Amino acid sequence: MDLSLYPQAMAMSAKEFVDWSRGVMDDLARTTGVKKAVDKIADPFINWGVRNSIYPLHFGIACCALEMAACSSPRYDNERLGMVFRSSPRQTDVLLVNGWVTHKLRPALRRLYEQMPEPKWVIAMGECAISGGPWYDSYNTVQGVDSFIPVDVYIPGCPPRPEAMIDGFLKLHTKIKNSKIGTFMDD
Amino acid sequence: MEENTIYTVEQVKDRIAQEFPTEVKFDTKVKPRRLFMSADKEILFKLCTLLKDQLGFDHCSLVSGVDWTDRFQTVYHISSFSNNITVEIVVDLPHDNPEVDSITPLWGGANWHERETYDMFGIIFKGHPNLKRLLLPEDYTFFPLRKDFEVGGL
Repeated sequence: MDLSLYPQAMAMSAKEFVDWSRGVMDDLARTTGVKKAVDKIADPFINWGVRNSIYPLHFGIACCALEMAACSSPRYDNERLGMVFRSSPRQTDVLLVNGWVTHKLRPALRRLYEQMPEPKWVIAMGECAISGGPWYDSYNTVQGVDSFIPVDVYIPGCPPRPEAMIDGFLKLHTKIKNSKIGTFMDD
Repeated sequence: MEENTIYTVEQVKDRIAQEFPTEVKFDTKVKPRRLFMSADKEILFKLCTLLKDQLGFDHCSLVSGVDWTDRFQTVYHISSFSNNITVEIVVDLPHDNPEVDSITPLWGGANWHERETYDMFGIIFKGHPNLKRLLLPEDYTFFPLRKDFEVGGL
């Protein structure tokens, strides 16, 4: 705890004072154990809330989009896992890329990814999104969506069944569970 | 043309043969409600104007291209809802200078067909209002459905 500057506090500029007081508060929380306690209490709740309300972007490119539609039908019912398809990238957590990405679509898809707020994840669904699939070495197909956006989970299949898609989302659940997403007082 | 005049295949054929005796060659293929012909590229626009204005052909269903490595072809399917006839016109183009008149001023539906044919084969349609690439990005320098285009390794 750096209290040596305390006598000069009244002579600081606003920015210096904010930085100094933030440092003091951070040190205080760290040394007294408040930070650890807050993280320990808040982390499970925030993590639970995030992973049980995964909102994918309702963005269908190709035939895998039909499996996505089947997955949201009553038989598979992905809303029991908290997956609600939203139409605006500003309201979503997951970019579900399902289908071939042409060179003309590529900048638009990258822009959709940039528009999504943090935290965000990307799932590549089906052969085309993973590696180009049947359009391997084509003149107009991007060879794998991971060449321009970072992908977290790959769901193989051509197209994958709705069960496989749910399994991929459960893999994402595990990934979120093991991440430190709820520790907001981290270094 | 009067509004409700209905022409048979023979009448359409006779009318075209009377108007363009040497430039249009009819194919020997016979199918019900179909008429197959090949035309010179110079008279294509006149032929289409005749079909539209006097014979009641009101719909352009297809413009496509073929690469025979020594020449290009453009294929037009033009149909008529009142006559119930589809006419197929095949036009030969030289391989080193594939240019043909656009029929977009007659049928607006030919606009994107001709743009796609330009996109894939590089055939220039003279008089087209907006001849740009349709499906591929605009900075591509090749025409992928040509036979001399090498697949892969891009």
